[in-house]
Amino acid sequence: MVLIMKRIKRDHKLRRFHQAKWDEPIIFEMSNKGERGILVPKAEDEIVNQVGDGISKIPKRMRRKKSLNLPEISQARILRHYLRLSQETLGADLNIEIGQGTCTMKYSPKINEELAKLPQITEIHPFQDESTVQGILEIFYKTDCFMREISGLDRFSFQPGGGSQAILAMASIIKEYHKANREDDKRDEIITTIFSHPSDAAAPAVIGYKIITIYPDKDGYPDIEALKSAVSERTAGLIVANPEDTGVYNHRIKEFTDIVHAIGGLCCYDQANANGLLGVTRAKDAGFDMCFFNLHKTFSAPHGCGGPASGALGVTKNLEKYLPVPIVNFDGEKYFLNYNLPHSIGKVRSFYGVTPLVLKAYAWIMSLGEEGLYEVAKVAVLNNNYLFKKILRIPGASAPFIEGKQRVEQVRYSWEKLTKDTGITTEDIQNRMFDYGLHYWTSHHPFIVPEPFTLEPTESCSKDELDEYISTLESIAKEAYEKPKILKTAPHNSVVHKIDYSELDDPEKWAITWKSYLRKTKDR
Amino acid sequence: MSDRGYKYHPYIPNSIPEVQKKMLKEIGLKDLKDLHEGIPEDLKLKKKMNLPNPLKSEYELKRHIEEVLAKNISCKDCLNFIGAGCWQHYIPAVCDEINTRAEFLTAYGGEPYEDHGRFQALFEYQSLVGELVDMEVVNVPTYDGAQASATSVRMASRITGKKEVVIPSTMDPDRFLIMKNYCRPDITLIHANYDLKSGQMDLDDLKTKVSDKTAAIYFENPSFLGFIEENGDKISKAAHKVGAISIVYVDPISLGILQSPVKYGADIICGDLQPLGMHMSYGGGQSGFIATHDKLKFVQEFPSRLFGLAPTSTEGEYGFGDIYYDRTSFGVREGGKEYVGTHTALWGITAGVYLSLMGPKGMFEVGKTIMQKSQYSAYKLSSIKGVKASKFNSCFFKEFIVDFNKTGKTVGKINKTLLSKGIFGGKDLFNEFPELGQSALYCVTEVHTKSDINKLVEAIEEAIRE
Repeated sequence: MVLIMKRIKRDHKLRRFHQAKWDEPIIFEMSNKGERGILVPKAEDEIVNQVGDGISKIPKRMRRKKSLNLPEISQARILRHYLRLSQETLGADLNIEIGQGTCTMKYSPKINEELAKLPQITEIHPFQDESTVQGILEIFYKTDCFMREISGLDRFSFQPGGGSQAILAMASIIKEYHKANREDDKRDEIITTIFSHPSDAAAPAVIGYKIITIYPDKDGYPDIEALKSAVSERTAGLIVANPEDTGVYNHRIKEFTDIVHAIGGLCCYDQANANGLLGVTRAKDAGFDMCFFNLHKTFSAPHGCGGPASGALGVTKNLEKYLPVPIVNFDGEKYFLNYNLPHSIGKVRSFYGVTPLVLKAYAWIMSLGEEGLYEVAKVAVLNNNYLFKKILRIPGASAPFIEGKQRVEQVRYSWEKLTKDTGITTEDIQNRMFDYGLHYWTSHHPFIVPEPFTLEPTESCSKDELDEYISTLESIAKEAYEKPKILKTAPHNSVVHKIDYSELDDPEKWAITWKSYLRKTKDR
Repeated sequence: MSDRGYKYHPYIPNSIPEVQKKMLKEIGLKDLKDLHEGIPEDLKLKKKMNLPNPLKSEYELKRHIEEVLAKNISCKDCLNFIGAGCWQHYIPAVCDEINTRAEFLTAYGGEPYEDHGRFQALFEYQSLVGELVDMEVVNVPTYDGAQASATSVRMASRITGKKEVVIPSTMDPDRFLIMKNYCRPDITLIHANYDLKSGQMDLDDLKTKVSDKTAAIYFENPSFLGFIEENGDKISKAAHKVGAISIVYVDPISLGILQSPVKYGADIICGDLQPLGMHMSYGGGQSGFIATHDKLKFVQEFPSRLFGLAPTSTEGEYGFGDIYYDRTSFGVREGGKEYVGTHTALWGITAGVYLSLMGPKGMFEVGKTIMQKSQYSAYKLSSIKGVKASKFNSCFFKEFIVDFNKTGKTVGKINKTLLSKGIFGGKDLFNEFPELGQSALYCVTEVHTKSDINKLVEAIEEAIRE
């Protein structure tokens, strides 16, 4: 039978997707004795004649006796293996990545990646003479200046290797500040809110702070009365996001910072995700003493499976002296590393931070300018409110708090009603979304909002893409009411089938390495 | 409609005014200005941010950045002998090929279904590093080696319930600052002296610093100053005798020829993965790992994510998941162990690719080549009148101290001359180790050829003569 090529009507709303499935072995299973992945440079004869094998000099008890048990695999086979694994990974470049709310999964421009691969970035050593790194120091300095404009604050450090490390740095500055005022002993409490990132609570706790968590009032705003009763002479500082995970902007934020300042505390703004606010409102104006931006979120650097990341840390003038060393200065002629901060907290990360990410953020800002950043914020918020409106029309979906009002860049939704009606949970819906090639995240723990999911469209997706995501959720919600079994056994078109996580908390059974797996499954 | 903004921008599909109008209508608004209703007027920015005008095309952006970066002189343009925590090694092409794959580059918080490949690649990295250090537990990597060492110290303190940690005086000074900040306010770091001739930790002094208050003894092998700490077994014993933990910081590229610290009693092994396939990138390629035995008392103290194997409903499929998630701050906020966030997963995957490429032979050979070339360099440098390399009489790996005290020249002066000859001389140690006088830490790896080394020797001879 001959098939006829007809005009295809692409009018179906749901994507007919199947993810790559390569059935790849674990790399150790690919080993063939003698195969080599790469050859290594050897010492020239003259060197060998002079120093011998080089190894005999190592004291015997420090010398490796047995050859390493690494796999032996030829190069093309290794390449294929990892390429297949990459195909079994659904990156933001491939899917309409609006399902990872709070993380600003925007487009990471390819040109910025290309520029970050230049040898003038990749092949520079952090201890080179300053005269040989003027280009990159200029990028650091100018990006600092951009961040000052965006935040209203006075000085930035790019040293923290991620948002959470920036939070640790902020908490360390709070500590050093109160130490300088001889109040460190009594000020041992940090206040945060439950809808701020878990690290806003966890990182300050590492260096000894007791954490007080403010819960939302009935409208979803952090409860100002709870804050008033939480502050005392023991308050060291406040570390909060705004908007929080709910996408609700705390309109009384200035009162919050005033209350904390009034009792002598410092105020820190978690702006990991500042995407909806660029050019609209600033940390300084809301009364914050410090903030940080995640360059891998708002400023477009890719997320790399979970880093490398960068938390650009900003402070007001009077806190500059506490920043981690060094910061980059400019004397009018040349850029230099300034270690002369006598009150510095020291360091939080090696060297000066994740340099390629600073370059990518710089390039992104240079490609947009003032008007572009404003457009980003407006479109991110437009996309979000469009999505918001349409998702609330899906039977079973809701979004607690400030009914009928706008959200900023994201919304935390709930399937509470759908779960009550059908028994289908947010995890079930998540697993089904994978069947359509779409990422969907539930939420940070604890689940204050029942059966939660958090969506953040950013400025990077088109209206059609938003509609595709909405249609897919709509269809899955319908399935929940009409044929729930298909959700309970999902995913069906993903790389693997339903995983049983129950052994992952069992020390007798968990396997964190291949070695451990082989030992523990010997008799299974 | 508001006339502000940047319409038709290629990164912003919905910057088209007609589309915006349609979407605004859908949500019952007229103008983009009507958005952000939740933000009080007095908090709204009334002026424009003072930012440069955007570059109007991708081409102009490329030209601009290339021009700025042209002011850098890279280790491709010059001969580099600086190490000190960030090292120039050969990066196999396959490493870059994999870590620039769009899927890995742009993935993030996916689940073990849609991101099966990410979970498997990181599980394999954990397993490969596990072989390198002979441990059964390795974390999804943290920010850098310094963070790995600081977390190792906090883990040891929680395991033992004690608050003192003994560290070597030869420790990497930057790593020390990071550890010190991270250990405030409750953990005290106590320095053990070192022998000025050999660099080795002074075991007698160590004994006076260790007590029943000690949570851990932390040491580095090879040390920051390059020498191999030979008494690992004795140091670990000193820790174990008082119920403390032995933490060893390693350079992973040395482990094809050096013994795993497990063999001399390490309970926690940590280090920086940068030598395993990451470019130096002005310090941007750092990535920290932590490894322990598969014992609950260790595993439950990890703050990092740990990926593990799990069964699926279809026989023969490997599934993956998070091991013991409720110990993390993602699970229980401040109730978790330290904190977890976005660290350096892509470098973990890259280190896995590197170790797969190298295999047992490659790791042995690279270690051997580094030993030979660095020893040869020290030998040649010592032939220069007044120069001693290495200053310490211990065996070293990759890095060694070049002592210029008898040349009458400062390291600063010598390095300036070297720079004029296209050579980045070793790191000046004077500020951080004044007791060593005019000494510099030199780094020689597999990338240096005999003629590179000879060029260095000649240049230093000239610098001294000048």
